[in-house]
Amino acid sequence: MAGTAAAMNGVWGAAARRFRQDRVGMASLVVVMGFAWLVVAVAMGWLAGDWQRERAVSYAPPWGAAAGPAAMQPPESASEVPLLSLADVDPLAPRYAEWAERAKALQSAQPVLAEHLPMGADRLGRDVLAKALRGSQTSIFVGVMAAVLAAVLGTVLGAIGGFFGGWMGDVLEWVYNVFTAIPGILLILAFAAVVGHGSTGVVLILGLTGWTGIYRLVRAEFMKHVGRDYVRAAQAIGAPAWSRMFRHILPNVSHVILVQLSIHVVGFIKYEVILSYLGLGVGLDEVSWGSMLAEAQSELIQGYWWQLATATGFMAVFVMAFSLMTDALRDALDPKLRGLS
Amino acid sequence: MVAYLIRRLLQTLPTLLGVIVLVFVLFRFFGGDPAEILGGLNATPEQIMQIREQLGLNRPVLEQLWIFVRQIFTFQWGSSWATHESVADLFASRLPATLTVMGPILLLDSLLALPIALVVARWRGSLTDRAVMLITTLALSISFLVYVIVGQWLFAFKLGWFPVQGWDASVWTNLAQYAPLPVLLAVAVGLSPQTRLYRSFMLDEIDQDYVRTARAKGLGEGRILFGHVLPNALIPVVTHIGVQLPGLFVGSFLIEVFFSIPGLGREVMLAVNRSDYPVIQAVTVYLAVITMAVNLLTDLAYRWLDPRVELR
Repeated sequence: MAGTAAAMNGVWGAAARRFRQDRVGMASLVVVMGFAWLVVAVAMGWLAGDWQRERAVSYAPPWGAAAGPAAMQPPESASEVPLLSLADVDPLAPRYAEWAERAKALQSAQPVLAEHLPMGADRLGRDVLAKALRGSQTSIFVGVMAAVLAAVLGTVLGAIGGFFGGWMGDVLEWVYNVFTAIPGILLILAFAAVVGHGSTGVVLILGLTGWTGIYRLVRAEFMKHVGRDYVRAAQAIGAPAWSRMFRHILPNVSHVILVQLSIHVVGFIKYEVILSYLGLGVGLDEVSWGSMLAEAQSELIQGYWWQLATATGFMAVFVMAFSLMTDALRDALDPKLRGLS
Repeated sequence: MVAYLIRRLLQTLPTLLGVIVLVFVLFRFFGGDPAEILGGLNATPEQIMQIREQLGLNRPVLEQLWIFVRQIFTFQWGSSWATHESVADLFASRLPATLTVMGPILLLDSLLALPIALVVARWRGSLTDRAVMLITTLALSISFLVYVIVGQWLFAFKLGWFPVQGWDASVWTNLAQYAPLPVLLAVAVGLSPQTRLYRSFMLDEIDQDYVRTARAKGLGEGRILFGHVLPNALIPVVTHIGVQLPGLFVGSFLIEVFFSIPGLGREVMLAVNRSDYPVIQAVTVYLAVITMAVNLLTDLAYRWLDPRVELR
């Protein structure tokens, strides 16, 4: 047991050494860690907790930018036609004074609305920067959880299919063939009808439809490993099937799964954007990069570019850092492939 | 060869059956009630019962499934529940629009990505290579949605180079007027992943011994790249194009929604929103068949590209 632990340490230790030498990889790791901190901070409510509060006038421009084109237009002049007095025929006229009295008794607090915000405001006067922070949390959470779900599903099914083969393998191959024969978007729409909306819904939709690629790779790896000497030796000393699958083979193929996991995170984050645009994404009281971009389409035509720019900027930085980190991770775990793509 | 073909065709039957059952279960048990959607908000319970009766929704589940299976194998697709347009007509009228947009996209994507990939793979690690990799990483980090929103706004709305959206009855007007902007944007999005993928395929080949031998015997670089490396790298390339081909027929539904192109992708979205079961069933089965046919053709293409491949 101590021997396997030391050997594993050796493999992962060597990979960690290679990763540390990769400057691009390390830099992207720092950025990803920054986003991870941001996700935790937003989830704990330390940051952007009040993103839904009205903080500025509608479409307040960002610092350093002129007001949006629509805001610069002079207000419509009052109607030229003189207003007729309706007091004679209006049945409610005698009660207006009484209502005005009662209205005075109630107080409505008018919040002080800012004219400018760091990244501007949206239609409802919400701070775009706070929305983007909150949206980062939702989008990254959705992407990571969906990728974990897909990886777990793909790994378990792939392990069973590759390890046992036989009729179990045939059944799983059949399920795989059925899932890949249905066009992706139809499958996603079908699952969207089943699991409902909201961020949990998106995680389930993407996880339940996106496991096929990982399944295929894990299955191939298990088929390769199942006949190797160390697995047969484990069998000879009486290790049960699940132990050979998950304690002996799995650690030897886990680098494949780890790389696939991070590739899928990026893919699912991009899918969340499209699902949210179609109205199948996060709920109305949530915000994600996708729901921000969905609002941005009509805003851009009116000249309010800041929500689009902020959401795109946040997403681009995260996705780029995460992809570069994935590349470095793959290079470190599988040096044969170094610099291939 | 004939035995191989027959075996492959027989293997598709269980998959097809699985597709039919999965789609049936997903939409029938979890989708919206088509009768309520068709009846509208003001329908009385009697009217809804009448619609259910008319559509056969009251019959036992297994009988409904059997009706659909029979429709598939007799090619009697029936007609849309929502518009009463026959499914065959629906395909015939929507498919041309989808192909008009998707054909050029697939063609341009592949024709542009292959030479770029070949060049950057040949001068791997050079400034060009690193610049291309950096640009593709950047391009890949931006959502497809942003490309379409900004592209439509900039090139159509601001600059007026293209119509914002629209479609015409004539294929040539479409190709010349309405298709260029969606095609341009989709190619801009698709080129980066394609180039990176093809580059990795080329790199798999470019360090092989036969390339060194070809250089040693004094072949020109052009002959080496196009005569030796490219044909060997074509197998994964063909696989990848094969994976994309079924998408050609359903179209990029986002592009069709954004640019109001009356294609199949948009029709599928509408059908799902209306629980229009005959259309969903037909599109799914039809695409599953195309996917399986393309897979078979891809395997046959391997044999043609590389005589060493044995079809088992």
